[in-house]
Amino acid sequence: MNTKVTPALVPYDDAVARYEPTLGLEVHVELGTASKMFCGCPTAFGAPANTQVCPVCLALPGSLPVVNATAVESTIRMGLALNCTIVENCRFARKNYFYPDMPKDYQISQYDEPIAIDGYLDVEVPTSDGVETVRVEIERVHMEEDTGKLTHTGGATGRIHGADYSLVDYNRAGIPLVEIVTKIVPGTGALAPEVGKAYVSQLRDLMRSLGVSDVRMEQGSLRCDANVSLAPPDGPLGTRSETKNVNSLRSVERALRYEIRRQAAVLDAGEKVKQETRHFNEDDGSTSPGRSKEEAEDYRYFPEPDLMPVSAQPEWVEELRATLPELPAAHRKRLQSEWGISDFDMQSVINAGALELVEATVAAGVSQAAARKWWMGELAREANDRGVGLSELPVTIDHIVRVEDLISSGALNDKLARKVFEGILAGEGDADEVVAGRKLELVSDDGALLAAIDEAIANMPEVVAKIQSGKQQAAGAIIGAVMKATKGQADAGRVRALLLERLPAEG
Amino acid sequence: MTADITRLSAATLAAELAGKQMSSVEATQACLDRIAEVDPQLHAFLYVDAEGALATAASVDRRRDAGEELPALAGVPIALKDVMAMRGVPTTVGSKILENWRPPYDATVVSRLREVGLPVLGKTNMDEFAMGSSTEYSAYGPTRNPWDHDRIPGGSGGGSAAAVAGFEAPLAIGTDTGGSIRQPAAVTGTVGVKPTYGAVSRYGLVALASSLDQAGPCARSVMDAALLHEVIAGHDPRDSTSLPGPVPDVVKAARTADVRGLKVGLVKELNGPGYQAGVRQRFSEVVELLTALGADVREVSCPNFTYALGAYYLILPSEASSNLARFDGMRYGIRLGDDGEANVEEVMARTREGGFGPEVKRRIMLGTYALSSGYYDEFYGQAQKVRTLVQRDFAAAFADCDVLISPTCPTTAFPIGEKVDDPLAMYLNDIATIPVNLAGNGALSMPIGLAPEDGLPVGLQVIAPPRLDDRLYNVGAAVEAALEDRWGHPLIEEAPQ
Amino acid sequence: MADLTREQVAHLAQLARLDLSPDELDHYNEQLNVILAAVAQVGEVAARDVPATSHPIVMTNVFRPDEVRPGLSREDALSGAPAAQDDRFRVPRILEEEPS
Ligand SMILES: [Mg+2]
Ligand SMILES: [Zn+2]
Repeated sequence: MNTKVTPALVPYDDAVARYEPTLGLEVHVELGTASKMFCGCPTAFGAPANTQVCPVCLALPGSLPVVNATAVESTIRMGLALNCTIVENCRFARKNYFYPDMPKDYQISQYDEPIAIDGYLDVEVPTSDGVETVRVEIERVHMEEDTGKLTHTGGATGRIHGADYSLVDYNRAGIPLVEIVTKIVPGTGALAPEVGKAYVSQLRDLMRSLGVSDVRMEQGSLRCDANVSLAPPDGPLGTRSETKNVNSLRSVERALRYEIRRQAAVLDAGEKVKQETRHFNEDDGSTSPGRSKEEAEDYRYFPEPDLMPVSAQPEWVEELRATLPELPAAHRKRLQSEWGISDFDMQSVINAGALELVEATVAAGVSQAAARKWWMGELAREANDRGVGLSELPVTIDHIVRVEDLISSGALNDKLARKVFEGILAGEGDADEVVAGRKLELVSDDGALLAAIDEAIANMPEVVAKIQSGKQQAAGAIIGAVMKATKGQADAGRVRALLLERLPAEG
Repeated sequence: MTADITRLSAATLAAELAGKQMSSVEATQACLDRIAEVDPQLHAFLYVDAEGALATAASVDRRRDAGEELPALAGVPIALKDVMAMRGVPTTVGSKILENWRPPYDATVVSRLREVGLPVLGKTNMDEFAMGSSTEYSAYGPTRNPWDHDRIPGGSGGGSAAAVAGFEAPLAIGTDTGGSIRQPAAVTGTVGVKPTYGAVSRYGLVALASSLDQAGPCARSVMDAALLHEVIAGHDPRDSTSLPGPVPDVVKAARTADVRGLKVGLVKELNGPGYQAGVRQRFSEVVELLTALGADVREVSCPNFTYALGAYYLILPSEASSNLARFDGMRYGIRLGDDGEANVEEVMARTREGGFGPEVKRRIMLGTYALSSGYYDEFYGQAQKVRTLVQRDFAAAFADCDVLISPTCPTTAFPIGEKVDDPLAMYLNDIATIPVNLAGNGALSMPIGLAPEDGLPVGLQVIAPPRLDDRLYNVGAAVEAALEDRWGHPLIEEAPQ
Repeated sequence: MADLTREQVAHLAQLARLDLSPDELDHYNEQLNVILAAVAQVGEVAARDVPATSHPIVMTNVFRPDEVRPGLSREDALSGAPAAQDDRFRVPRILEEEPS
């Protein structure tokens, strides 16, 4: 009987001051193939329940799997992008366990012969002193299949515990999954949660650039299990916990942070960390233990007799290597040098999640400085306030292109341009509609400007005198008055030119 | 009249249908009448699909009347082992756990039968999940041997063999994991062929042991088997283990029937003291016959066959334990013990406990053990190595021989009930048929006479190298012709009516 | 090779989801030991350097193109279900978390 009260969490800084965290990450990525891993059913997300099924993915008696060629190629490409060795001969295995979302009651996976091994991903981790690159080593990349989707019904919570029964939709069963397992990641210290988050984030970018998956964490096409253990400095590796289904980037960081604080408390109390599976609670960022099993699972792996081995001949692998696009790290380096900006500025763009938008905006003809200014300025602030991604704002690249055109033609200045974006964000239409609706056009009619100038000259004789005595810097006061009179809609440069024409320096 | 039709060979029936001397509906109805007459005693069928069979027959007749050129076996009725999925027709695999399950799809073999137009008379009895050698492990009661109703018809495909031997159907589909086509053929005096692994698609064949299962023809003559082989064999993209490339010309081989100069190896390890005297006697007569026909018969040794039975009874249960996991009462089949209180794990366990028979549970337990962590290398892993050794023995033997021969089984049909509670004694029935499944070769069993001591049929097994299934038919047809010359008629004619 | 104990047999039954009765446990315990003794000779074959054969006839890279094929209608998919609700298969309550 355990009568000990669960120790409190240790403050994070204290935890990482006393213990060294070691990370391990297992990521499952659903491939974006047209058909499933072992049958011809479609993989589209969100179809009505049990409409994307066939005898194979329902595991009807007698049905047999056949491997999707594109899934194998995508996995090899992922392995190559992760700097892995592609294993020349590998096979599928059956992982046997009973669970109602898995129609065959075994999962076709890979076991002792994964298709790719021993790779790495250099992860750029933002820190207070700039960017630190951490090499995360990859243990293996292997192919498997997804399970169906369970809905727990009845009872109070809709959760697994307390439900009266569950309903199963097998549309997702058999969608190709690639599992990417890291080796242990030691020595990240206090940075561990950020490393975990940055790894998953950069893995996601990598998958996206390969075009192998839409990697939408919110739809579950990228799922992460985060493992962490603590040990005293120079001590042997500690016992790890595995937090399952941490399904957003922020959650990866939060779950790791929580586990480090919790385990530190356990160790501080002189207790042992249990090797266990834990669940992440989105609501409060905590983790809680799963139902503990009396005995370890025994998956009774054996080679899948219904499938033939895969032979990744070097020629085939090289053909696939040639299809790899520029990978995100190289791509970022290239952009940074093309734009001629500092590491810090580049990292700011990446951290703001603005890289793709800035790149596309530049490609649409806007200068990199302007593109960064707009996306990283008010737009980033607005997105943050709304709690959405930049790309979800109503402002588009076309809007920015148009605003920049208006600025360079002299129709807008920066200040007015901000108002244009304000209007677009408020749903007042496109740039031209906002300009028209809010009457934001610069006053370019010289007659109107001259009238305002004359009025200012009349009101400020002492300033006029200074200007006429050759102190051109005094012109600012009159220009300010004109701008005020035109409610900011005058081009300050034009005003200055007209004023100096009106008041030529004497002598 | 109908009695005569049911005694015709498939080849003769096909010729009469093609010549419009008879309609497929007549042929099919004759079989259905015969089933109605004798099946209450034999119990070869678990389900008779009179309506479906007659509809197929009528459609073949219409096409023929319209002048369409039809394949050879179009309109010839056939029986289907209940291990093959057939859309809309109950498919139980001889198990209570699938009672009343009607698949929403067709096995590839069934699709081929439909394409060619063979009316499917119904589904035949079998040992539950094809585990057994006597059909006594069927959840629906045993099938009886037409030669002696108190004896087993072999298994697991006892229903298909008895249907053919009992003149209920000229042809049947069987499946053979360790001898389930050949051993029933041997003990019912019929012909059964296990083609090379991968020659016939396994898609829709409810898996027992994936790396051993193979479907094949059951018939009353070698030529009939060849005609059916031709219909069901061929590459299927839905089965990853299906062989690509053309099917050997088995019909031509059956017509050739010439063993002159053929090197025939007599496998020393598959014939000896454990074999019934009458079985050995008939077998040695065939050896003499082959020599007389011009074959060059020599003895070969396959020393690792001694371990084949042990390896088989590790590999089969291991694969079966995994293949049968899906029968959990969640998606199809019966569900037991779902009282609203029990959780999913309990309901699965209750369903499987009540839905599976004793032999199935025995093998699931054995396979679960052989795959479990810490025992895998000792059992499953080692058995797979023995499999390599068995293949090497075959390769060495085929280096010197064109085909190999042995008795199909050590004994003739044994009495119902004799071995049902003695798994080891039951397993020994398959001692001569199992090496072939481990290695993947094709093999044929054919009747070579009656054992003098009990008057029951004895089978000869002919084994060919992988993919060269045509050799089976060549040798089989030659032996068959010579024996029928000697007897004046096919052996099956001696079966009691 | 040591004989299987009754506890081991019970564990196997649990792994295999077979709700065996106490009598069956005894019965299978005895029979499994007899069968295992009979197949034990397999372990005695000197086969250290022999590769395992998992498929009788090995081919490699048997793939299908990534193309969508028609599957089952929902009616057909659910046609065998012991229980269904809201177009889904209905299953009893689940206690254990899924492994991954
Ligand atoms: Mg996995
Ligand atoms: Zn499917």
